[in-house]
Amino acid sequence: MTAAMLPPRRRMRERGLDGVTLLVLPGVVFVLALFVYPFLYGLVLSFTPKQGDWLANYRTFFADPFLYETVWLTLQIAVPVTLLNTVLSVPVALRVRLMRHQRLLTTILVIPITLGTVLVAEGLLTYLGPRGWLNRFLLEVGIAGSPVRLVHNYWGVMLSLVITGFPFTFLLTLSYVTGIDPALEQAGAMLGAKARARFFRILLPLLAPGLAITLALAFVQAFTVFPSAVLLGAPAGPTRVISIVAYQAAFEQYDYPLASAIAMLMALVQVIIIVALLGARNLVFRGPVSAGKG
Amino acid sequence: MHRSLRASLWSVVVWTVVAFFVVNLLAMIGSVVVNSFGTRWFNTWLPAGFTGQWYAMAWAEFHLPDILVVTAEVVGAVVLLSGLIGVPAAYAMARRDFPGKRAVMLLFLLPLLVPPITYGIPMATVLYQAHLAGSIWGVILANLVPAVPFVVLIMIPFVEQIDPRVEAAARVFGAGLGRLFVTVLVPLLTPGILAALLLVLVRTIAMFELTFLTAGPTSQTLVVALYYAVFAAGVRPGQSIDAMAVVYMATTLAWLLVALRFVNPTQIVTRAKR
Repeated sequence: MTAAMLPPRRRMRERGLDGVTLLVLPGVVFVLALFVYPFLYGLVLSFTPKQGDWLANYRTFFADPFLYETVWLTLQIAVPVTLLNTVLSVPVALRVRLMRHQRLLTTILVIPITLGTVLVAEGLLTYLGPRGWLNRFLLEVGIAGSPVRLVHNYWGVMLSLVITGFPFTFLLTLSYVTGIDPALEQAGAMLGAKARARFFRILLPLLAPGLAITLALAFVQAFTVFPSAVLLGAPAGPTRVISIVAYQAAFEQYDYPLASAIAMLMALVQVIIIVALLGARNLVFRGPVSAGKG
Repeated sequence: MHRSLRASLWSVVVWTVVAFFVVNLLAMIGSVVVNSFGTRWFNTWLPAGFTGQWYAMAWAEFHLPDILVVTAEVVGAVVLLSGLIGVPAAYAMARRDFPGKRAVMLLFLLPLLVPPITYGIPMATVLYQAHLAGSIWGVILANLVPAVPFVVLIMIPFVEQIDPRVEAAARVFGAGLGRLFVTVLVPLLTPGILAALLLVLVRTIAMFELTFLTAGPTSQTLVVALYYAVFAAGVRPGQSIDAMAVVYMATTLAWLLVALRFVNPTQIVTRAKR
């Protein structure tokens, strides 16, 4: 309080800068030092290759099909699984919203997210393997004549991303759906709108901003798939995703500049997709973002 | 009649999808647990017999006691430090408007939105150059990167719920900032702190990417050790890897159950929105 006598300090206080504000500093310094600085350092490092001119790393990446094809391979996994998870989440969330005891279901669904991709990969290796319960079921029922190959290929990675990704998109969608005032839909029903019209004319436009964010977050997670692509996929072939080559460049070849360049390209693809999604959201939906009671 | 039939058909379809997902999820977990106790398991629904020997084997061969100690140390340090850094920062963010506050908010959001493997590779590079990676401190620092912003973002709404007049009264009676925290804020914020730190705990046990990129042979946590065990499958029997997976699952799910007493399951994914 005595400090307020000093004019400069007082000016600072009036702008909201005092002892309490300084409490934010340790957190800010920490994030700057261990998140922002490494990122900028990696960006600079990617332009200072071990040999060659400043673009040599990026030229290496786009000249070597072994490297640049990983972008395409990763998109082939990430885009379908993101769309599938999100499209499935919407009807399920709309139905679960009406349930009174959601807690049991949401608790079960939060388990795979908590366990994480390494455990899901190990679980699916046992469960989907040639002697696992799934193949046993398919053989006994007679759906398949011989065990279906679901691990160490594209489908293993796909299924692991459904197991960890669907609960994520579902819980996120559920939180957006419960933010929509049910009175809006009831009003539509009263004015004679059928279920289909209510969904496309009322719910979907209100849900669009949330869905864009869900799609963006789900895509970014799927695009950086790593443990299940190694353990459950074919890391030398169809599931040679971009994070595998980034890891190999850094920790197997010890070429940190090239690894940084790959990490930066990874970030770039994510940014492009997110900007495109949020841009599409603004095209489809013009209006206040927080509609309804949420 | 026609409409209600279509509506109920639709709801049957939706519930079938949910049931299909849940059944497969539980079967996946179940097959790991059964396999970890099984003796020989070939062309039958269940193994020929049951045994606990794989646990004894995993305990000795994977150095589980060491790994569990490291995991506890890493998780404990991350929980404690993220609380000490994050709670005061959240208090400042909730109570003051200062120039650049939006930029600071963005700074706290980014580590939660950018996936760990993207920023983990440059971060591990920096930590290796500082000779921190490979040691337990490197792992702790790496895990704090998402944990600190997470605590800040969870705590801001909890601080906002507290009536500022309570703090003003404490100040009038002469409490300094430290005393204000110890005697007024921390007791009032206990539910929020508990929720935030328990979620950090569960997330740190399961955080694979950042630990994997920064851990050395003596600083592996349980999830990274499990990854290496699965990666080198064939060296040891699959049942002992599954035994280790069960130990990991039991650890994670026990803490998840504790955490769910204080938070709603949807909060685990929606933290980014707050």
